[in-house]
Amino acid sequence: MTTTHLELTGVDIEFPTPKGSFKALDNVNLKIKKGEYISLIGHSGCGKSTVLNIVAGLYQATKGGVLLDGKEVNEPGPERAVVFQNHSLLPWLTAYENVELAVKQVFKGKKSKAEMKEWIEHNLELVHMTHAMHKRPDEISGGMKQRVGIARALAMEPKVLLMDEPFGALDALTRAHLQDSLMEIQNELNNTVIMITHDVDEAVLLSDRIVMMTNGPEATVGEILEIDLPRPRNRIELADDPQYNHYRAAVLSFLYEKQRKPEESDAAAKPAKKEKLARNLQNDTTEETTGAVSTAETTTGNDKVKAA
Amino acid sequence: MSQSSTNLFSPVLAIFQSENPGASLLGFFKQLIMPVIGILVFLLIWDIGAKNIHTSLGTFPGPVQVYEQTLGLIDEHQAERQKEQAFYERQEQRNAKKLAKNPDAKVKIRPYTGKPTFFDQIGTSLITVLSGFVLASLIAIPAGIMIGLNQPLYSALNPLIQLFKPVSPLAWLPLVTMVVSALYVSKDPMFAKSFVTSLVTVSLCCLWPTLLNTAVGVSGISKDLQNVSQVLRLSFMTHVVKIVLPSSIPMMFTGLRLSLGIAWMVLIAAEMLAQNPGLGKFVWDEFQNGSSNSLGRIMVAVLVIGLIGFMLDRVMLQIQKKVSWDKTAVLR
Repeated sequence: MTTTHLELTGVDIEFPTPKGSFKALDNVNLKIKKGEYISLIGHSGCGKSTVLNIVAGLYQATKGGVLLDGKEVNEPGPERAVVFQNHSLLPWLTAYENVELAVKQVFKGKKSKAEMKEWIEHNLELVHMTHAMHKRPDEISGGMKQRVGIARALAMEPKVLLMDEPFGALDALTRAHLQDSLMEIQNELNNTVIMITHDVDEAVLLSDRIVMMTNGPEATVGEILEIDLPRPRNRIELADDPQYNHYRAAVLSFLYEKQRKPEESDAAAKPAKKEKLARNLQNDTTEETTGAVSTAETTTGNDKVKAA
Repeated sequence: MSQSSTNLFSPVLAIFQSENPGASLLGFFKQLIMPVIGILVFLLIWDIGAKNIHTSLGTFPGPVQVYEQTLGLIDEHQAERQKEQAFYERQEQRNAKKLAKNPDAKVKIRPYTGKPTFFDQIGTSLITVLSGFVLASLIAIPAGIMIGLNQPLYSALNPLIQLFKPVSPLAWLPLVTMVVSALYVSKDPMFAKSFVTSLVTVSLCCLWPTLLNTAVGVSGISKDLQNVSQVLRLSFMTHVVKIVLPSSIPMMFTGLRLSLGIAWMVLIAAEMLAQNPGLGKFVWDEFQNGSSNSLGRIMVAVLVIGLIGFMLDRVMLQIQKKVSWDKTAVLR
């Protein structure tokens, strides 16, 4: 259990743009143990999704690479199932059929028809969706769609479960429900998970470790925070827990003091236009240096990374 | 019943389905009143206008003459059918006599070769347009999918598609006629040459909307669904069947409906010019005939052509509704 299950080593990625290549990630290193729940947190445009996509195999690292159980990752596959932000269910299939598509693909020849049916229903039960499993995505709510998306990913029995802001598009109450469901499932299955989030509470509540990323471009891992809270965790009890609040404060301070995002750069990053980001590189570094006056450990963008 | 304005029959159906027939009946009349007023005004203007247009073949036919000619065409059709029946009965009697005299005698049933009536021509046209449309779809949909999935292929073929898309059927027709005569040579042809010529011309002209719309639909598949397909490692065929086809169905049907409309228009023109059997030939023959009834009969053909075109589109719409996964989409 203590050996490294998933390893990112020196991952760089550059995207070609009309104005030359744009380096989104610089030397990302991360070791993840089996059964660990990792959150990636950072400002928008900092390359969190890019990291996830590289692990998923949807993007190829320019330098460095990803090892899963000692094997190099260079294409997408069901052993690295992804829960997409906007559920990405096929709208013409029912919840059951959406999960079925994945199950058929992964367990073809390994499970009989009856076993597959049972497995699909079991996974839909895990996310509490048995009552609506023959409904199509447009007939169920956003939270339910995301539940089905999670069921589809779980049904693939992935080695790593990748979640790209799985609850980002949901309202706060639904999100809390789904987080509780996810913790329940995690208690049972103990999957290895990488989750991207914007939500500090979500990160602290769910994770074993929180990986905080510096601002892009040339983003990298800033700090890693170990969350040593006993499981099962209860959001109401934790609300008054000093340890929990300490972790929360640590993440907040990283995001809003050490990695404060300049206003104009934030606006430009929203549409995720790589060229725009590149143009803002100039602004970014100047902001960073002014920030260095307050925090002693940071001088320029790059130096700060080493310090962290 | 939100699409009732697009479906002529749904107000009628609504009355029978409703629990409160009285209220629906009122709604039915409300929905019907504007179209009825529209048609009545049109008939009035047509009638007044027609009376004031004098041609070498008499005054332009108004609604009354057209109605009379419609009845005339129906009578003609029935008369022709009776003649045909009589013809076959005579043959059978003759053959029976022959066989009675000599049981080994070879008997033949000769096909009836009477003049095709208006309704026969409608049948011919419908068969031709549907065959041409099916042929075009069988080519255009797979080709559209390939082009949509493959950007370099699209770049390679796009100029050719843009070049051939606007070509009028009348320009193709002489070439198609010559090529068909040269290549379609067999002693016992399954189809008449004229049929093949019309079919190929129709296909050539109605290929393009389906091809382009399918390609656009296919290339517009959301990135998320493509990622899902990649993560699941779907095979090419599964990818096409489970993801590409369903997501491009709306665009594909837009193309198919445009294609069928074009096919119907092209067919009438092709039949007229090439003297292929069908409604176009009927119109041309009547024009050449030049009797006092001709204009009225042509007007009947015009209305029937319109009506059939409209009905073909409705049929496509019904099919689209059937296969479309998004039942909430408003289709019209």
